[in-house]
Amino acid sequence: MTRTFLGMPVTAPPGVGHLRGAEPFPSAARRGLADPQLRRNLGHATKTIRAKSAGVIGEVPDWQELRAAGSAIKTDVMARLPELLEQLEAKVTAAGGVVHWAADANEANRIVTDLVRATGGSRVIKVKSMATQEIGLNEALEAVGIEPVETDLAELIVQLGDDRPSHILVPAIHRNRAEIREIFLRTMPGVDSTLTDEPAALAAVARRYLRQTFLTTKVAISGANFAVADTGTLAVVESEGNGRMCLTLPETLITVMGIEKVVPTWRDLEVFLQLLPRASTGERMNPYTSMWTGVTPGDGPQAFHLVLLDNGRSAVLADEVGRQALHCIRCSACLNVCPVYERTGGHAYGSVYPGPIGAVLSPQLTGVADNSSLPYASSLCGACYDACPVKINIPELLVHLRDQAPHPRGEATAMAAAAYTMNRPRLYQAAQRAVRLSRLAGRRGRGIPPPLDGWTASRDLPDPPAQTFRDWWATR
Amino acid sequence: MTARELVLGRLRAALGTDARASVEVPRAYRRAGMRDLEQLVDRLVDYRAEVHRLAEADIADTISGILPSGATVVVPPGLPPAWLPSTVTVVVDGGLANEQIGAADAVVTAVAVAVAETGTVVLDGSPDQGRRVLSLLPDLHVCVVRADQVVAGVPEALARLSPHRPLTWISGPSATSDIELNRVEGVHGPRNLHVILLP
Amino acid sequence: MRIALFVTCLADTMFPEAAKATVTLLERLGHEVVFPTEQTCCGQMHVNTGYQRDALPLVRRHVRTFDPYDVIVAPSGSCVGSVRHQHAMVASRAGDRRLASRAESVAGRTYELSELLVDVLGVTDVGAYYPHRVTYHPTCHSLRMLRVGDRPLRLLREVRGLDLVELPAADQCCGFGGTFAVKNADTSTAMLADKMHHVLSTGADVCTAGDSSCLMHIGGGLSRLRSGVRTVHLAEILASTEHSETAGDRGAVRP
Repeated sequence: MTRTFLGMPVTAPPGVGHLRGAEPFPSAARRGLADPQLRRNLGHATKTIRAKSAGVIGEVPDWQELRAAGSAIKTDVMARLPELLEQLEAKVTAAGGVVHWAADANEANRIVTDLVRATGGSRVIKVKSMATQEIGLNEALEAVGIEPVETDLAELIVQLGDDRPSHILVPAIHRNRAEIREIFLRTMPGVDSTLTDEPAALAAVARRYLRQTFLTTKVAISGANFAVADTGTLAVVESEGNGRMCLTLPETLITVMGIEKVVPTWRDLEVFLQLLPRASTGERMNPYTSMWTGVTPGDGPQAFHLVLLDNGRSAVLADEVGRQALHCIRCSACLNVCPVYERTGGHAYGSVYPGPIGAVLSPQLTGVADNSSLPYASSLCGACYDACPVKINIPELLVHLRDQAPHPRGEATAMAAAAYTMNRPRLYQAAQRAVRLSRLAGRRGRGIPPPLDGWTASRDLPDPPAQTFRDWWATR
Repeated sequence: MTARELVLGRLRAALGTDARASVEVPRAYRRAGMRDLEQLVDRLVDYRAEVHRLAEADIADTISGILPSGATVVVPPGLPPAWLPSTVTVVVDGGLANEQIGAADAVVTAVAVAVAETGTVVLDGSPDQGRRVLSLLPDLHVCVVRADQVVAGVPEALARLSPHRPLTWISGPSATSDIELNRVEGVHGPRNLHVILLP
Repeated sequence: MRIALFVTCLADTMFPEAAKATVTLLERLGHEVVFPTEQTCCGQMHVNTGYQRDALPLVRRHVRTFDPYDVIVAPSGSCVGSVRHQHAMVASRAGDRRLASRAESVAGRTYELSELLVDVLGVTDVGAYYPHRVTYHPTCHSLRMLRVGDRPLRLLREVRGLDLVELPAADQCCGFGGTFAVKNADTSTAMLADKMHHVLSTGADVCTAGDSSCLMHIGGGLSRLRSGVRTVHLAEILASTEHSETAGDRGAVRP
């Protein structure tokens, strides 16, 4: 094998992590669509966040300028990714951190489990992190007898409820307060039935439940929102203080970061720290943001490990059009405005990355063939593109990936035939006249065969007109 | 081949010949603005922080009004002793155990910077702000902000801060949006945030 | 002004009334309408379903057909969106730079109907009369791809006799999305159900839009419900006058 061959971009390996769903989107979506409680929970939550976000975005007069800057910074990052990562590595190392490189999920899981085992600990506390969900780190830790404790409230709800996350920012968005109360009552020792479903009461229960764990666990695992190449600074944006606990109290901190999270300069944070909270939770600023550079003697963890994760990202980078999916800052704005996500919920997407960004990111990380239904899980309405704080043109990406997706043979034949016909006006006119024969399919199209009967299950087809426009034009 | 070489090799192969020099970033957004103390107060209150505006000489009196008599207060080593009232028990951090910090009723610190537009205070671990854990475990955090530490927006704040210090950006008390995407205050961090704003 | 009509394959075949109304309207305003008969389909369905290579000859045909004209109009936001945002892309991805630049040139001269009326012809009062309660659905591609903004509403507000009622959650997709409606029929139907709920809540007897495709979808649902609400293309409303015998009696789908 040559070096060049080994160095070719590779998609994320199957059999580990959570990037591939068990079934295609249309069938997985049916469960969410058929669950009126889920639809209500999602409808309520996304409506709330859309209004909040619109309010705080309306307060800043330079939102479009911030978006333009954010988009350009990310374009720059992708163009210079190798050198920025090398710079980040040098800065983190100089500040007392240890940098590890992981080509895929298996390698990252092995690095982290080895690091945890070396500390002698059997439990880790975790800050919500998409990267560690993506690689299935919790399962890998459990397999070697290490207990991962999710400390983000929504992650905790998902973990205690033996559930799957359904949203990037709020993994338990599919649960309402009554369901959350029920999960806490069932799984938390010492919680009694006087617990109300007031969100403040539920949050207080989580505070009590986790406090001792925070104080007695020696290792924490986090993700990173941003890593600054020119200073070696890592940043984690959060709300509850669980992040501060994990980043401050343990002796050892292990941060697992997708390689696309690097930003070139300290100054670049001024753009993203304005874009992210307003687009994400609809706040002017999230309650807590922690930034650290390596190890600070006498303050916080005295051992810091940074794991740089590829797991298919190099393959995304290799696609000139597709690579803009790597610009994502995981704000979830595209989920919150997506009419498809709002109705199907996040589980339908199979991957840990749901919604519009998931529909363009997951298939690229795994290779389109492994997630071939996702690029079609959109009506191309464009709301995601407008909402994206870094201007990822998701509709363009969806169309781009559809072109790479494996096509059903019957459909491909029909499409080729349609194109052939439409490129020959005489044939085209003959076909138009044949449309009138569709009346044979029965009134309002209610006798047509699959897959077109998907239309007539709930919609009538219009009766074809007696005369096409061009026939009418010819007779004028 | 190490994983490092493998990943970097893949990335270089992915970029191929269209690896470009750096892209020009348009920075037409606001990078400086007028300091607006009223805006800071408005934004702090909006996120459920309690704001007290007074002169430096009145800090101790104000804190004695916030904290019950006999309350235990942890403070960083560089905090001006004159800020603390005689009604509380003061414990100065000189390497306190986490349990001792967690058992305190409150913490009092200074700040490095405050951002008016977002209602944010930033702590950078200076002697009057202390270790990160100090302002994390007690349920009530009083921080003292001087007017000249207030900046208009995020860009000015970052320009004043050093990336080589551990930074904690705080915007209101601990909160979560995890239940039905509604913000509720009070999870793991301090559930009460008092900001004393000096002229 | 001499205006070339890009009729769109859907209007040509299934909704000729919208296309005829476009001709009637523009001629009433004193313009000459020409119909290049070599046109067929812009290829949007192929591009959006993942068949860019099949779309290439259709893009070439479209560009060749319309290149000679200075002003081109289509009664469809979606098809104009395809011409503006997809044609050059399809051509350049196929490596045909010359076609890409010609496609960009044609795209620059192609207007959706409300854009043509307001921006190019400078009219909002087109002299129409339409005595009905009407609600307007801004289709996604008109709204977000073309940014037609309030142009259709400005045109509708000038129509005599017309009672314009606001559609709640108007910017939400109706769930059509071309082949999305077939490939993800259940999700599409759930989106349609909400759109119909909002349309019915207005008490309007006509729902209008600038795209026959979305109207076919919404109208198909309303027809199945036997709701009595009709879908009518914007062009048909703007073409109606006191004298037009069929004023108010045209429907994309009749319940």
